[in-house]
Amino acid sequence: MTEARTPLWEVFIRSRNGLSHRHVGSVHAADATMALAAARDVYTRRGEGLSIWVVPSASITASDPADKAMLFEPTASKIYRHPTFYEVPDEVGHM
Amino acid sequence: MSDRFSAMLLRRADDALVLGHRLSEWTGHAPSLEEELALANLALDLIGQARALYTLAAGRGTGEDEDALAYLRGDREYTNLLLLELPNGDFAVTIARLFLYAAFIDPFWRGLSASRDPDLAAIAAKAEKESAYHLRHSAEWLIRLGDGTDESHRRAQAALDRLWPYTGEMFEPEDEVLVAADICPEPAGLREAWNRTVDSVLAEATLARPAEGWMQSGGRAGRHTEHLGHMLAVMQSVARGFPAAKW
Repeated sequence: MTEARTPLWEVFIRSRNGLSHRHVGSVHAADATMALAAARDVYTRRGEGLSIWVVPSASITASDPADKAMLFEPTASKIYRHPTFYEVPDEVGHM
Repeated sequence: MSDRFSAMLLRRADDALVLGHRLSEWTGHAPSLEEELALANLALDLIGQARALYTLAAGRGTGEDEDALAYLRGDREYTNLLLLELPNGDFAVTIARLFLYAAFIDPFWRGLSASRDPDLAAIAAKAEKESAYHLRHSAEWLIRLGDGTDESHRRAQAALDRLWPYTGEMFEPEDEVLVAADICPEPAGLREAWNRTVDSVLAEATLARPAEGWMQSGGRAGRHTEHLGHMLAVMQSVARGFPAAKW
């Protein structure tokens, strides 16, 4: 099982109507059809899913962990961006 | 009638249990983690089908429970197809066997889901959903093995050639009384559908359909290959070593 013959695929499963697909893990498979089958067999054995997506792992562009400070730390001081920062008037009701 | 009904249930249950056990033998040995889980899933589907059929048979007159039927009968009392008791061989043999059987049993379950017997029809309807996936899984693999590397093609063709003489037994007549009463479909009526499925997958897999010739027979009468006795010895060892144990 070489990486070239059976590349890695990321698996996303939607468990119920109305929810979005969630990343659950990855499988090795030769092509998309076999990746879907492998995802079904590995990740939906206990009734977890109604829908499966598989995406070639190589198609995902990921942020560089080394950029963590630049990308994410500046937001830590901007607590006013959280919706909980504001008082919600009672008249608004359930949000 | 009840004897005939039970005998038919045992034929179908034995098929499912024997193939299920063979597939379970891959656990710990499969070519990849993904396929290991897939084969174990298929095995559990088949063992579940066998349990439902044994339980129905026990409730309709064999007098034994599912454990006794599975674990306390000898090879001469098993009436499964010879095809299903053969050793797993390499991965190509395992996949080819699963495919040849699934291409038959999927339309068989579909026919059986229209049975006059409501309990049997319900078991068949559930089993058909499982066998439809078995057919898809094995067909996708067979296509990739046949149309893959030189070695995978050679092994897939060798597997087909080796298993082919065991495929005739699937179409042997079912009990005529049960067929006439619309309790069970006639297997010979499924041959055309089987041919279509097999021919289209083999064409895509670039594999040659083996020539028709002499066909093996005897499993339905309890005359088995030398392999079933060894398989049952392993499968039944705990139940026979610890009679009436609970687990």
